[in-house]
Amino acid sequence: MFRRSELDHRPSVQIFVDGAAVAAREGDTVSAALLASGRDVRRLTAVSGAPRLPYCMMGVCFDCLVTIDGVGNRQGCLVPVAEGMQVELQKGKREIGR
Amino acid sequence: MPRKYGGEYDVAVVGGGLLGSAIAWGLGRLGKTVAVLDEGDIAKRASRANFALVWVQSKGLGMPAYTGWTVRASQAWPKLAAALQQQTGLDVCLQQNGGFHLTLGDDEFAQRGQLVTRMHNQVGAADYRMEMMSASDVKKALPLIGPEVSGGSFCPFDGHVNSLRTFRAFHAGFKAFGIDYFPERPVSAITRNDSEFRLTTPGGEIRSEKVVLAAGNANQALAPMVGLFAPMGPTRGQIVVTERTMPFLPHPLTTIRQTDEGTVMIGDSKEDELDDRVLKHPISGVMADRAQRMFPHLARLNVVRSWAGIRVMPQDGFPIYDQSEAHPGAFVACCHSGVTLASNHAFDVARMVAGGALEPELVGAFSASRFGCEGATNNSGY
Repeated sequence: MFRRSELDHRPSVQIFVDGAAVAAREGDTVSAALLASGRDVRRLTAVSGAPRLPYCMMGVCFDCLVTIDGVGNRQGCLVPVAEGMQVELQKGKREIGR
Repeated sequence: MPRKYGGEYDVAVVGGGLLGSAIAWGLGRLGKTVAVLDEGDIAKRASRANFALVWVQSKGLGMPAYTGWTVRASQAWPKLAAALQQQTGLDVCLQQNGGFHLTLGDDEFAQRGQLVTRMHNQVGAADYRMEMMSASDVKKALPLIGPEVSGGSFCPFDGHVNSLRTFRAFHAGFKAFGIDYFPERPVSAITRNDSEFRLTTPGGEIRSEKVVLAAGNANQALAPMVGLFAPMGPTRGQIVVTERTMPFLPHPLTTIRQTDEGTVMIGDSKEDELDDRVLKHPISGVMADRAQRMFPHLARLNVVRSWAGIRVMPQDGFPIYDQSEAHPGAFVACCHSGVTLASNHAFDVARMVAGGALEPELVGAFSASRFGCEGATNNSGY
């Protein structure tokens, strides 16, 4: 679906998505890294459970909500990746306390 | 052009909020022709700013009859929810598994205990089955309470509902019953010719055999037009709303509840300010602080909305239901608890209006005659 440009020579950053290692690039947002990973990165919405992907990529639509380093409902499109970051696809509502 | 515009209705209901809507829906259910005259979207509308509790405990201190009226409403709510769902397909998510009022620290626990005792000792009050519970007993029902919670009171009649969907369901019901809803029609004058009321609105005159004033705080100005009295004393409240989270709060509280869709509402401030367009952040701060001391996990949730709303509030805090002696067929209904009492309004008050007379054994205590000529002071009866 998405393919990295051959002109993109940024250094690699390793993150983990639901425990699996994923190669991202320095400067990627979490949402960009998820979309580029080739994995099924659909979250499920909080009320109806509909599957969704990041949409606006600029902090407006909230369709990129994801759990990052144990904190739920983060906007993946606004958070840059960091080495060793733990990302979990959020299925439904955020859990209380994380 | 609306179907019956300019024609004659059995009843004109002035006010299309939760109270007027419940009465109008109830009248439509009884086969009456009804016109609902409402303000527009910018009306200061408690029906869209409320906390959505169907609440019994602590209501009625100072007026024992209100305890019975409230318990009756709580018990009639399942019938209302079922009727709305059957008619409109909308589930109003009524949950009535009992509610808590939590206390922080020993002083608050002692004060609440005294309130429960005073409620029990009122002559003529309905039995609430409201009881004090220790922190360890509360924790069995609400496992996520924090260490500062000293206990609280519990009442098995308490519950909550999706009040916005209830409001929508009433209006969907209007269509099914053939009720005519007129927005942007604030009533500026009411006169009576022979057996007919004539209501002046910006969109023309509406004529009806009976009239019900259900316009919230505006009832104070409307009531004298038909020989009635409705002293009001509105207050402002603020509400803080968090993002949706997995269900963690199995019972509603007086100040915190989790909606059917997962948001957490934090509320119950009370101010004399009557501007609903600005928030006082120190008040939201105190509410949020108390909420997270009750449930420490809340501290991690993001706040997504916050608003101020104007409460409809009769001057002494208790409902007013009255009928005009000078103008038979004119009724007034005012109350703060439009959600809790919606079932009584839809079934009881609508039946009384349709029959032409209030039933003293049910609502006699709520006549505005209790205010005398001077009016009474607000003792926060709600």
